[in-house]
Amino acid sequence: MQGPHEKSCAFAHFISWFTTIIGRVFISLFVPAITFLVLWKVFLFLRDSDAPQSIIVLVAILWGVGGVAMLFVISNWLVEQLPGNWGRRLQPFVFIGPAVVIMGWYLTIPVFRTLVLSFKDPLGQDWVGKGWAIFNNYKFAFTDRIMLETFRNNFLWMVLGTALSVGVGLLIAVLADRSQFESIYKAIIFMPMAISFVGAGVIWKFVYTYRGEGVGIHEIGILNAIVLALGGKSQPWLSLPPWNNLFLIIIMAWLQTGFAMVVISSAIKGVPFELLEAARIDGATEVQAFFKITIPYIKGTLITVTTTIIIFSLKLFDIVRVMTGGNNGTNVIANEFYLQRFTYGNTGRASAIAIVLLLAVIPVIINNLREFNKNRRAF
Amino acid sequence: MAAGKKSQKKKSALIINGVLILICGIWLLPTVGVFITSFRDSQDIFNSGWWAVFPHKEDINIGEIILDDAVDVNGKIPVEGINASFEELREGITLPDGRKLTWIGNKRSRKIIISERQWVGFANNLSIDNYKDVITGKEITFTDSAGNEILRKGNNLGGAFLNSIAVAVPATIIPILIAAFAAFGFSWLKFPGRDLFFTMIIAMLVVPLQISLIPILQDYTKLQLNGTFLGIWLAHTGFGLPLATYLLFNYISSLPRELLEAAYIDGATNFTILVRLILPLSVPALASFAIFQFLWVWNDYLVSLVFLGEKSRVITYALASIVGEKGQDWHLLTSGAFVSMLLPMAVFFMLQRYFVRGMLAGSVKG
Repeated sequence: MQGPHEKSCAFAHFISWFTTIIGRVFISLFVPAITFLVLWKVFLFLRDSDAPQSIIVLVAILWGVGGVAMLFVISNWLVEQLPGNWGRRLQPFVFIGPAVVIMGWYLTIPVFRTLVLSFKDPLGQDWVGKGWAIFNNYKFAFTDRIMLETFRNNFLWMVLGTALSVGVGLLIAVLADRSQFESIYKAIIFMPMAISFVGAGVIWKFVYTYRGEGVGIHEIGILNAIVLALGGKSQPWLSLPPWNNLFLIIIMAWLQTGFAMVVISSAIKGVPFELLEAARIDGATEVQAFFKITIPYIKGTLITVTTTIIIFSLKLFDIVRVMTGGNNGTNVIANEFYLQRFTYGNTGRASAIAIVLLLAVIPVIINNLREFNKNRRAF
Repeated sequence: MAAGKKSQKKKSALIINGVLILICGIWLLPTVGVFITSFRDSQDIFNSGWWAVFPHKEDINIGEIILDDAVDVNGKIPVEGINASFEELREGITLPDGRKLTWIGNKRSRKIIISERQWVGFANNLSIDNYKDVITGKEITFTDSAGNEILRKGNNLGGAFLNSIAVAVPATIIPILIAAFAAFGFSWLKFPGRDLFFTMIIAMLVVPLQISLIPILQDYTKLQLNGTFLGIWLAHTGFGLPLATYLLFNYISSLPRELLEAAYIDGATNFTILVRLILPLSVPALASFAIFQFLWVWNDYLVSLVFLGEKSRVITYALASIVGEKGQDWHLLTSGAFVSMLLPMAVFFMLQRYFVRGMLAGSVKG
C-alpha cells in the first residue's frame, strides 16, 4: 500500500534534486556569463573609441565596478524571489559562484590546458611527435643548454637571494628591536616594497651604470665611482658573467628584505619576555639567548618567510627582463618562458616550462593542503 | 658596578644604532641618487655623478693656453715654467702652485686648459623640466651627453599613469567584492561541494601565473579581449582571488556567531547581513587586501605586458620601454621612475599599518 506512494515520492525527490543541480549550475555559471557579455560589448567599444582618455578611464572604472556589484544584487534578487526551499538551496551559489567560476577559468582549468599544450607543437595544434617524441618539449625543458643555464641561475636566485633577504631581514629585525628609533629604520628598509620591479630596475641600473674609459668621460654610477675612488678600475657590472647574476640578485634582496624583516620582527615581539629573562638570570649571554630561545621560538615564521621568498625567486621575471633581457648568462626560467612564447612563438616549449615551474611549487601546495586539513575542525 | 653596566649599555646602543644607520644608508642611497638625478640637466648628468650637487672640491677652468705653431709638440713642451711631453699633458699635470694643466683634444688642437681645485657649493641648475618632458606626449628637445640637441616624441607617462589607474582601481575592487561574497558563503552557508571548492582555493594560492598565461591568451584572442581593460581586470581578479578569498575567509569566519544569529532572528536575509553587518565589520581585512592588491597590480609588469600591450600601456610598461629604447636618457629614466613610484609610495606610507597586517595574515601570491 505504501509502495507506489514511496516510489512517486522518490521520483519527486529525484526531480527536485535534479532541478536544484540545474539551478545551481545556472546561477553560478550563467549569471556571471551574462554579466560578462554585457560588460564585454561595452569594453570592445571603449577599446576602439577615440574619446578623451580621462573619460574612457572614468567610464571604464564605473562600468566595471558597477557591473560586478549589479551581478550580485540582481542574481540575489532573482534567487530571493524563488519559493522557500529553492532560495535557500541556490543562494550559496550566488555568493560563491562568481569566485569559483573565475578561479576555475583563470587558474584551475589552465593547469590542465597548459599540461596538454606542453605535448603539442609550437602552434599548439598537433602533438609534438609520435611515441617517445611526445616528450620533446620536456626534453628541451630539462636538458637544453639554455634551460640548464636558467636552472643554474634560478638556483643562485633561490639560494643567494633568499639567504640575503632573510639574513639581512633577521639582522635588522633583531637590532631594530633594541633601538628607540625602530620605526624609522623599519620604514626605510620596508620602503622598496612599494616600488615596482621595473622602477627598481631603473634605480639599480643607475647604480651599476658604466661609461667606459676616455678623456672627459666620468663614471656617473655610484658603484663605479666608489671603485674608482678606492683605486680600482670601473667595470660593466651587468655584462660580467657569472657575477652579473649576483648584481641582479642584490636588487631582489633590496626589495624583499623589508618583507622578511616585518614578518620576522612581529614574530620576535611574540617571544615571551619571561623566557628570555629567565635565560639571562641563568647566566646566558645575549647571543646564547638569541640562538637558544628566540630562533627556536620563531622557527615557524622563518620557514614561512623563506618559502615565500624561494617561490618568489623561482618565478622572478621583471628584474631580468628589464635589466639584461636574459643576456650575458643571466637568463631565468620565467624569462625563458616569456621568450619561448612571445619571441620565438613556441607554445609547446613555453607550456612545458610553465609546467616545470608548477612542479617546483607542488611541495608547497601539498604542504598548504596538509596544514589546511589539520585545521579543518575550525572550518 | 652599576655605572659600568650603564656605560656598557650605552655603548651597545651606539653600536646597534650605528649598524642600523649604515644599513639604512645603503638602502636609501640608490633611490636618493635617482631622485637627485631626476632634477638635473640632461647634459650635466653625464658630466658628473649625482653626488656633485653637494658641495665638493672640483677642477675649475681659470684659463687656457693656445701654443703657437713654433712649439714642437712631439718633444718636451715648455709651458708655464715646466717642460712636459704631450702624453703627460694629456694626463694632466699639477703645477707646484696647485694649478693643473690639461691638454684638450689631439696634438693638432694645441690647446691646454689651466684649472684649479676650488670649492663648489650646492648645484643650482636643478629643475622639474625632466618631469615635464617625461609626462608629456608632445615633442620634446634636450641636449645629450655630447651636447647635441635631440628632438623626440615624449613618452606620455601622464597617459600611462591614467591607464594604470584605470587598471588598478577596478582590479582592486572587483576581486574584493567577489571574494567577500565567496568568503561569506564559505564561512556561514552550508552547501554541497563546499570542502571541494575551498580545497581548490587553497591549492591555487601558490600556483605560478605562468601556468595560466598561454591558455588565457588563447581565450582572449578568441573573445577579442586582448588590450581591453575588462580583460586585464579579469586576469588580475583571477590571479588575486585565491589569496583574497583565503584572507577574508580567515577574518569573516572568526566573527562571533551570535552576531549573525541575532540578525537572522530579526529576519535579515543573507545578502543584507553581508552588506550591512559583515562588510562594515571586515574593513580592516578588506583594507589590508586592498592595499596588497593595489600595489601588486600597479607594480605588475608581466600581466600587463601579455594582456594589455601597447595601446593602453600602463606605467610599468611605459617605463620599461624607455629602458629598452632610450637606456642612456637618464634624465627621462630617473624622472619616469619617480612618476611611477608616486602613487604606490603615497598609498604605502599612509596605509602601512594595514599593509603590514595583511602581510602577516597572508601567504604567498601566484
